[in-house]
Amino acid sequence: MTEPAGIGHGRLEAHLRAARDAGRKLLVPYITGGITTGWVDLLHAAALAGADAIEVGIPFSDPVMDGPTIQAASLQALERGTTPASILSDLRAGAAELDVPLVVMTYVNVPFRMGARRFAAELVEAGVSGVILPDVPLEELDEWSPAGDAAGLETVMLASPISPDDRLAALCARSRGFVYGVGLLGVTGERSAVGERTALLAKRLKAITDLPVVMGFGVSTPEQAAQIAADADGVVVGSALVREVLDGADPEAVGHFVADLRAGLDAN
Amino acid sequence: MDGDVTPFAEPDDSGRFGRFGGRFVPETLIPALAELEAAFRDAWADKAFRDELDGLLRDYAGRPSPVTECERLSELIGVRVLLKREDLNHTGSHKINNVLGQALLARRMGKQRVIAETGAGQHGVATATAAALLGQECVVYMGDVDMERQALNVFRMRLLGAEVRPASTGSRTLKDAVNEAMRDWVASVETTHYCLGSVMGPHPYPWMVRELHRVIGDEAREQCRAILGGADPDVVVACVGGGSNAAGIFSGFGSIAGTELWGAEPAGGAAVGHGVPGIVHGMKSFLLQDEWGQVTEAESISAGLDYPGVGPEHAFLADIGRARYEAVGDDEVLDAFATLSRTEGIIPALESAHALALVLRSREELAGKTVLVNLSGRGDKDVQQVSDLFGPDAGRDRGLR
Repeated sequence: MTEPAGIGHGRLEAHLRAARDAGRKLLVPYITGGITTGWVDLLHAAALAGADAIEVGIPFSDPVMDGPTIQAASLQALERGTTPASILSDLRAGAAELDVPLVVMTYVNVPFRMGARRFAAELVEAGVSGVILPDVPLEELDEWSPAGDAAGLETVMLASPISPDDRLAALCARSRGFVYGVGLLGVTGERSAVGERTALLAKRLKAITDLPVVMGFGVSTPEQAAQIAADADGVVVGSALVREVLDGADPEAVGHFVADLRAGLDAN
Repeated sequence: MDGDVTPFAEPDDSGRFGRFGGRFVPETLIPALAELEAAFRDAWADKAFRDELDGLLRDYAGRPSPVTECERLSELIGVRVLLKREDLNHTGSHKINNVLGQALLARRMGKQRVIAETGAGQHGVATATAAALLGQECVVYMGDVDMERQALNVFRMRLLGAEVRPASTGSRTLKDAVNEAMRDWVASVETTHYCLGSVMGPHPYPWMVRELHRVIGDEAREQCRAILGGADPDVVVACVGGGSNAAGIFSGFGSIAGTELWGAEPAGGAAVGHGVPGIVHGMKSFLLQDEWGQVTEAESISAGLDYPGVGPEHAFLADIGRARYEAVGDDEVLDAFATLSRTEGIIPALESAHALALVLRSREELAGKTVLVNLSGRGDKDVQQVSDLFGPDAGRDRGLR
């Protein structure tokens, strides 16, 4: 499958490929933007503790792909008065020295309302490398990607355990930065065990793409992270970390949490 | 581009009505929506399926619903008013048309579990009914604010064998019930059919649900011609939350250029009225939202219309000027509720009272004309709430004795 013309492979992908090719398993923690006053400090703590990229959530009122933890975090952030502009402003002010790439995750109405071109330009200005829009499947990419591609942003596509083979191939061809494997049927949130679908999807993706394959949804502990990363290039850890923050974790505690995940991945 | 889609025909290949519609859903739901579209297309062209559905609509739901001429109301306001009596359907509203079709479709697709969202409870009751009839497992999501407002409908659903699960996040009303149903479906899609209750959501729902309600308009057109000596009404009026009853009755009159189509939106949830496009629940349409795209809460006395969006085909009809949408306030609605009750002996659902309120307000513009109102549901469920809302005057200030 040929790549669409003019869509570059950017900093996010280069950074993750370099780490992966050096034999490292990738760790991508997720933090809801604006969840606390000093939320940008949490990004620094995560980076220092061994994150390879960080996913920053821009909260949306109706997050249909998110379970109770991210819903609560989104609500907390929105109730604090968080807006896309306040998050990007916080990033401009406090995240310039981060040496790991940032990926914004939000729902499509946020860029749509702001205007995709303005949203893309502001992300770039805030130092963001990639974008994840879980409610934009391949069929609806025109709503976002002309603006995102033109701005040089890497749009990460999500793959599902029930995506047929031809769709997986198309998703991998279109994805930039990495391909995000959703390791289960369902929404984000902690799970007590890793299901069979996770490894199966990771293996299917690894068989057809050279892009970094990062698995997310339900990755809760260092042990689970290590187990999943055995078949993939790395993991996204969202709800388990966000729950710590909701429970009051400070940057130091977030650093410990991420360091434990890092150690779990490195132990393999 | 807008010209590619004729009103009340199929949306284009991307599920769009003009610039609205689409399929903005997580990757996991894409195969299921493709399967649903193919299954509906196949079933809708299959005489055996249509015969079975028509049989259920006739023998179980009580179709055709009559058209009633409102002589006393007409005399009172100087407008000839006809009512399409969807309130007389089994379960008390138009919602049964859609759910019988979807429940049969679920069975045809081999899915034994159905889920639904509900606002006032009418769609939930209808879904629970169809699931009971076909022996399907049924889970209904309902905002916990609505569960309180419509406690009797909660019990009705449970009586029909359904499980009612509260949606306790956000505004805890219809939009949050949709969110919860979508979250369930993302996890259960291999074995579950999402029986969406309006002409909204991702393609193929807006089109499929409209087709399943088209029977309202097709019946009404012929019934009106019988009453009006072959003529058609000047105006067809329906309330619009998501817009399913309006889509159903409008579709019978879409090709009749001389018949105007009017939608009555609740003032606190007038998505078309505000005219700002947005994307939520799988579709692009008009959407109540703040300057950052956060969806805002609709507020009306009618739980069934408390939806911040609107079906994409209505947004399209407004865009091309084929239909006109006006906002109606709660107070006018209560007046209309009382007026129809005492002049015609028909207690309308608060939702349907929005359509009547628009007629009452427009009586000068409509003087001497003939208006068909879709009486989409009956008001028994709302009597307690209206009694509370009437307050100490108990309706005496609204013409009651």
